[in-house]
Amino acid sequence: MDLTLSPSEEEFRDEVRGWLRENHPGPEPEAGLDEIMAFRGEWQRKLHEAGWAGISWPKEYGGRGATMIEQAIFAAEATSQEAPAPANVLGLAMGGPVVIAHGTEEQKARYLEPILTGEEIWCQGFSEPESGSDLASLKTRAVKDGDEWVVTGQKVWTTFAQYAKWCMLVARTEPDAPKHQGLTYFLMDMEQDGVQTRPLVQITGEGEFNEVFFEEARVPDANVVGGVGNGWAVAITTLMNERAGLAFGAISQIQNSLGRLGKLAKETPANGGTAADDPYFRQRIAQLHIEVETMRLNAYRGLTKTMQSGIPGPEGSLGKWQWADINQDLTELALEIEGAYSLLMRGSEHAVAGGAWQYSFLRSRANSIEGGTTDILKNIIAERVLGLPRLR
Amino acid sequence: MYFDLTDEQQAIKSTAHDFLASRFKSERLREISASDDGFDESGWKEMAELGWAGLALPEEWGGQGLGIVDLAVLFEEMGYVCAPSPLLSNTIAGLAIAAGGSDEQKERWLAPLAAGDLRGTPALIDAGGPAEPMKFAMKAAADGDGVVLSGVKTLVMDAASADFFLVATADGARHVVEKGAEGVTVTPEDSIDLTRRLSSVRLENVRVAAENTLPGAPEDYRPVFRRACVALAAESTGVAQRALDMSVEYAKDRQQFGRPIGAYQAVSHRCAQMLLETENSRSAVYGAAWAADAEPESLPLASSMAKAYASDAGWRVPDAAIQVHGGIGFTWEHDLHFFLKRGRANAASLGDAKWHRERVADAVLAGETVPAND
Repeated sequence: MDLTLSPSEEEFRDEVRGWLRENHPGPEPEAGLDEIMAFRGEWQRKLHEAGWAGISWPKEYGGRGATMIEQAIFAAEATSQEAPAPANVLGLAMGGPVVIAHGTEEQKARYLEPILTGEEIWCQGFSEPESGSDLASLKTRAVKDGDEWVVTGQKVWTTFAQYAKWCMLVARTEPDAPKHQGLTYFLMDMEQDGVQTRPLVQITGEGEFNEVFFEEARVPDANVVGGVGNGWAVAITTLMNERAGLAFGAISQIQNSLGRLGKLAKETPANGGTAADDPYFRQRIAQLHIEVETMRLNAYRGLTKTMQSGIPGPEGSLGKWQWADINQDLTELALEIEGAYSLLMRGSEHAVAGGAWQYSFLRSRANSIEGGTTDILKNIIAERVLGLPRLR
Repeated sequence: MYFDLTDEQQAIKSTAHDFLASRFKSERLREISASDDGFDESGWKEMAELGWAGLALPEEWGGQGLGIVDLAVLFEEMGYVCAPSPLLSNTIAGLAIAAGGSDEQKERWLAPLAAGDLRGTPALIDAGGPAEPMKFAMKAAADGDGVVLSGVKTLVMDAASADFFLVATADGARHVVEKGAEGVTVTPEDSIDLTRRLSSVRLENVRVAAENTLPGAPEDYRPVFRRACVALAAESTGVAQRALDMSVEYAKDRQQFGRPIGAYQAVSHRCAQMLLETENSRSAVYGAAWAADAEPESLPLASSMAKAYASDAGWRVPDAAIQVHGGIGFTWEHDLHFFLKRGRANAASLGDAKWHRERVADAVLAGETVPAND
């Protein structure tokens, strides 16, 4: 057992840390998704030039070939320094790895480079209005027409669809096959008349996600990834990719939030002292720190296991579940500490901390839904980790 | 970075698992827990032969010289069978003598303790006091070159099978008091946990010769307390793991409404929650155990985190297990109550979750790894 970094890992961390310090572009623009995306695009170009874009990708495809620990280190460092996300986060985390794993040589030559540079933004077309947790029931259909497919249907929760050149689209190509079969994974060109996107306004008032409508949109045969009828297996790879990086980035982000929570408690008057002196708040703050630490240590244990077996196990579901719980608890506690002032949103004169916690509280409601609901994660854990029988 | 057991630790784990599974089957656990002193002499001898009495004690004094990670591995397995054994109290006493004793004292008390020939147990909590860790009220009154102790220590583990007590006094010192010494009376208490007996130890003008007071300073025993917390938290993790395993097995087997109850999400999600708490507990324990061995400056915070988490998980998981089992889980006949009770006892021993969370709050709000009042 050794929870320290090896000398070469430390060297890597120092290199990442130093580079980020020197090249950090400062805080993101406060408003305007267009401005934010332009800012992130610039940042991705910088990352790419220095060889930090696609660090998990093999070197032969323009990546850095980083080990899982190095990916974890990079994610933790970038988050702890609050570096912006790259513009093409979905292309880097999911699109590229899928093309590398399942794509043809032509596809690799065509798609990988613009993902790394951020020149082409990717989005993910999986969920549908009637297919959320039961993803395999999706209905968007693709019908063969010569050497093309004609796609009709609707996708939802599509992040960055309005900026995307390519959509990782899973559509039904064999309507009569059992639901997990008969699906095909396409790379759909978003820049065509048959594709319309519409922002979906969420409870924060923002339009982070979109609805995407396909009306006889066309995708050539050459853009099928992993073979016709093999879409489910390919999609699963997408979901499994970059777990290590995501987990450590998420942990580092929560650690930042915990730091801000402590600051909030120390600055908020309560009972003649501050909230940081209040036994109730102290207990809850401590419990959050303990839970984040268990999450961090679980992630290290998972990483060790994955490095030995080569495949991330279903235990990763525990981390995602825990992350959502902690993030929600944390923002709830922040509002409790603020008391009546927690009513005031961003832009209000008397809002505490610029109304940041109100936004985080609302945004974190989605944490137990996005990327696998907590309820479904519990099913996965019950069935695949504990071996309990399936209800279905 | 490698967060898993080494092959050697894995070997300790499987040896312990197999030995304990064969030694403490349900019937035997019940026999021992129903006996007068709750002590299993033959089991103790076998554990001593396996080197467990001195597992984490210095080799120089006959111990195995292994680390706290190894100790945690062992205690997790002890918890898994709810072992009725004075191994924990004996280990804590041994760690304290190793930390604060002179060479002569180590020769006299530690070496036989590490060999399993003598058993010691800490006597820390003053009856009627606040039972806070590391705060003691009993005065050590000077008497020639020794001291005289009077008062009652309570919640003393395994007093019936102990040969000597390590009595803590207000000045932070530890004194070796033999059970047979004049003025010592041991009165068993009825503990919630039948597999770990508690007693009160009355000391009436008990004279402690100078050579029986350890020369260690109060702060020498803090790392001992911290290590003890890790061992106890490891035990609670084992308790939780067992309750989870029993529940999963039962949920696969037990049929209601024509299906195994584990197919219902009300049950399966409860089991998933139990897994989450058990795994978190394990991670916190091994993180703290590793800190004890490799990064002692982070032990105070890490051990409080582990003890706080495992205190909760150690009884909540068995509590959930009773719910999964339904009526049968509430019967004396079923073994689950042993685990619930051990978990509850561990939760309240060596500082409860609230006490440890307060230490964590102290440290994290100051951005330190050592709680301010540690």
